[in-house]
Amino acid sequence: MKPAHFAQHWPPGEPLLEIRGLDLDFGTPRGRVRALRKVDIDVPAGQVVGIVGESGSGKSTLAYATMGLLAENAEVVGGAIFFEGRDLLAMAPGERRRLLGSRMAMIFQDPMTALNPVRSIEKQMVDIQHHEGGSRRAKRQRAIDMLERVGIPDAGSRIGGYAHQFSGGMRQRICIAMALLVKPALLVADEPTTALDATLEVQILHLLKELQSEIGCSILFVSHHLGVVAELCDRVAVMYAGEVVEQGTVRDIFNRPGHPYTRALLECDPGRIATSTRLLPTIPGEVPSLLGLPGGCIFRQRCLHAVARCADETPGARVIGTSHSARCHLLDDKEQVMPA
Amino acid sequence: MWLYLAKRTGLAVAIVVVAVTLLFLMIQAVPGDPAAVLLGPRATPELKAQLHEQMGLDKPLPVQILSFFAGLLHGNLGTDVFTQRPVTAIVFEQLPYTIELILASIAWAVVVGVPLGCYSATRRNSLIDKAVGVFAVGTIAIPSFVMAIYALLIFSVGLRWLPAIGAGAGFRDGIVHLILPAFVVGIGWVGYISRIVRASMLELLSESHIRMARSFGLSQRRIVALYALPLAILPTVTIIGVGMAHLLSAAVFVEVVFARPGIGALIVKAVDSRNYPIVMGTVLVTTVLFVVSTTLADLVNAALDPRIRENL
Amino acid sequence: MADIQAISHREATRRDPGAVTMFLRQLLKTPLGVLGAVLVVLVAASAVFATWIAPYDAVKIMVGPRLAPPSLHYLLGTDQLGRDVFSRVIMGGRIALLVAFVSLGASLSVGLVLGLIAAFSPRWLDNLLLLVFDTIRSFPVIIFALAVVTLLGPSLASVIFVVAVTSVPIYARVVRTQAHALRESEFIIAERAMGAGFVRILAVHVLPNVIGPLLILVSMDVPLVITLEAGMSFLGMGVRPPTPDWGTILSDGYGYIHKTVWLVVAGGIPIVITTLGFTFLGEALRDIFDPRLRKDL
Repeated sequence: MKPAHFAQHWPPGEPLLEIRGLDLDFGTPRGRVRALRKVDIDVPAGQVVGIVGESGSGKSTLAYATMGLLAENAEVVGGAIFFEGRDLLAMAPGERRRLLGSRMAMIFQDPMTALNPVRSIEKQMVDIQHHEGGSRRAKRQRAIDMLERVGIPDAGSRIGGYAHQFSGGMRQRICIAMALLVKPALLVADEPTTALDATLEVQILHLLKELQSEIGCSILFVSHHLGVVAELCDRVAVMYAGEVVEQGTVRDIFNRPGHPYTRALLECDPGRIATSTRLLPTIPGEVPSLLGLPGGCIFRQRCLHAVARCADETPGARVIGTSHSARCHLLDDKEQVMPA
Repeated sequence: MWLYLAKRTGLAVAIVVVAVTLLFLMIQAVPGDPAAVLLGPRATPELKAQLHEQMGLDKPLPVQILSFFAGLLHGNLGTDVFTQRPVTAIVFEQLPYTIELILASIAWAVVVGVPLGCYSATRRNSLIDKAVGVFAVGTIAIPSFVMAIYALLIFSVGLRWLPAIGAGAGFRDGIVHLILPAFVVGIGWVGYISRIVRASMLELLSESHIRMARSFGLSQRRIVALYALPLAILPTVTIIGVGMAHLLSAAVFVEVVFARPGIGALIVKAVDSRNYPIVMGTVLVTTVLFVVSTTLADLVNAALDPRIRENL
Repeated sequence: MADIQAISHREATRRDPGAVTMFLRQLLKTPLGVLGAVLVVLVAASAVFATWIAPYDAVKIMVGPRLAPPSLHYLLGTDQLGRDVFSRVIMGGRIALLVAFVSLGASLSVGLVLGLIAAFSPRWLDNLLLLVFDTIRSFPVIIFALAVVTLLGPSLASVIFVVAVTSVPIYARVVRTQAHALRESEFIIAERAMGAGFVRILAVHVLPNVIGPLLILVSMDVPLVITLEAGMSFLGMGVRPPTPDWGTILSDGYGYIHKTVWLVVAGGIPIVITTLGFTFLGEALRDIFDPRLRKDL
């Protein structure tokens, strides 16, 4: 493998994927759910960008929006998604589809249901190389090589098998092999280890990290697990109720969190609790309903530091360091930001 | 696999035993002498006694049932009361016509219904989808004999496009004679199959493995044909297997209306003339057909789905 | 079949004031359901008021010429015996609905009882009953019907018997599954522990839970019954002449199909209208009360 070959066209460090002011609604019987609001995220070439947030924060929706695999009731209301400098949302469907499985690929959350149950692994892996030329045999050989690379023993004979003949961990390895087989510039991973147990999770993460540096692709890594993100990612975006409340390098986010929500999130992470305690800390309150347009700061009902301004004015992104920003009014007044 | 086939055979035997026993019990329960009814006004005590012996009615019920099964084991279903020919021979003479009719009907219903269902699922709530829905409910509801008579009226009597009577002689003629009957038996199934395929297809298209296939930029056509259809077809196959009973019912009427030979026409004639052995034989054959068709459906599903294959 | 339970909860809310209006409003939203309801009401009304609507005696021969085309005097023409076809069609509706009513009523009650017996009896009896149900269901209905006619002779009673017997397994199975699920459910076990009698459990808990889905099944079965009745009469194995019946009118028309089309039109259209009407109405009812309840379960 020649790593340099894969990151072709796009200079390292430049944003490969730029999401700009993305607004997305879901139509429901009870009204429009404003699932994503003014989302700005950059994924630089060759880097791993983590998206963290609790369930319902819109992180998976963002992943699907990037891939163009949204449900029928989703509607992009505004914004743009630039990939290699071209706006995906302005592309014709056929043109956009040509990017899928060639420049972009995705790994899904549940490996148990991600593979087709009645089509052999071999056929599925040959099918996905439809953008490339070459004989069936060559494609099959590439698939076997890739399966061996991700750690499927005896790949040559097992490739003819079906999904149900593999364990959950093996299936996720197969999914990773499939996604990386097409040598994408961008890999979107939607909680790829959530459905696996802890030992498998570590193995899969190591595998992803290895393959990423080997291939040189970028990864948009969606997770609710801070530890996983800290281990794997270069940059992190924290999402809450459809907004990116803070983003920066892993170091910035974990050492100098700017947003009260990020801080609360870090305090709740069992992996970071130093003193022994009977009760795990939680963030009081719940995620607000996204029906209609909420005004003011989205986190204010649960925020310990909320002031009158938070209810009236929606905070914009404040730059608080090189490539580190957060959406919080308190950041205008530096003293209150860094109480710890 | 062998265990499965053994179970199936066991079920078939059980159903046949229950069915035959019920029939014998009913013959016994009916007031009057079947031989007397059969002979009608010609009945003389000698004739009745002769017929009793021939039909085995002079023996006690358990003996009758046992001797019927003993005969069955030797492939002997008794003899026709009128022609004295073996019932097996008569039934197997007629069976191919009915099987031909049923296969042709199901074949065209599948060939039209499955693509229609796929189309409806991918263009949900479109005008065509709604039209297919109404068409389906309508054609399922209209009885086959009404459909048969109207088809006969329009295409044979009115337009004179197609022959109305019989099964034809020779291959080409046979096909021409098959068109209208197969049309009538199959039309309700077109709608039925299209609705089932649509429902399972809609369910499938939202599953995550389909989304995975989409994430690799596979075309909609390819996803529907290679990734969704093999799964969407499974319930349809099962329903066709179970639907053998409905198909046979439709075949009875269609064979009568188009004066085609076949099992249906045979049983109607036999009932008309109170020909018990023939009635018994056809009932038996249709029961076996039902078990065979459900078994075939299971085997087809096993061929389509490796998970079923391994559990068989 | 466990999802049938959803219906019974709705069933309970139907007794609230305004629930009927709610139901009607939902029905009005489905054009096919409305069409079905209109057709059913039409057919039912014409059967009830048949004696007032029919202009002639339906069985009287030679009230007009033979095989006359429709005219103001004979709205649907006359048949080969010069009987008024319109009167025969109207009176024939009575037979169809009578058979449907009696046979479905009978099979519903028998199915209810057998289903409960199967559900609350020892394993072997349960299995035996299931085998009998499956055997009856695996028979093509019409073959079974013909076998019965061979034994009992052609008559209205035979038709009713056949319909009742072939429908029993469907209802019995639904009742059995439902009652079985209930038998294992915790509140029944609790009732039993408190010493509630078998009859009380049946009357208070089981029956209200199974009646709703059964009634929907029955309403969707009406087209099948009418088809079977007309079909057997068409084959000459149902209603005996000269009783007016849609199937026999169709059969007469089939015999004279090269001379006149009016007889088959007059015999077939009412069957089509009735079966379509009940089917559209049944589908709408099912969609309103429980979209998951399917006949093929």
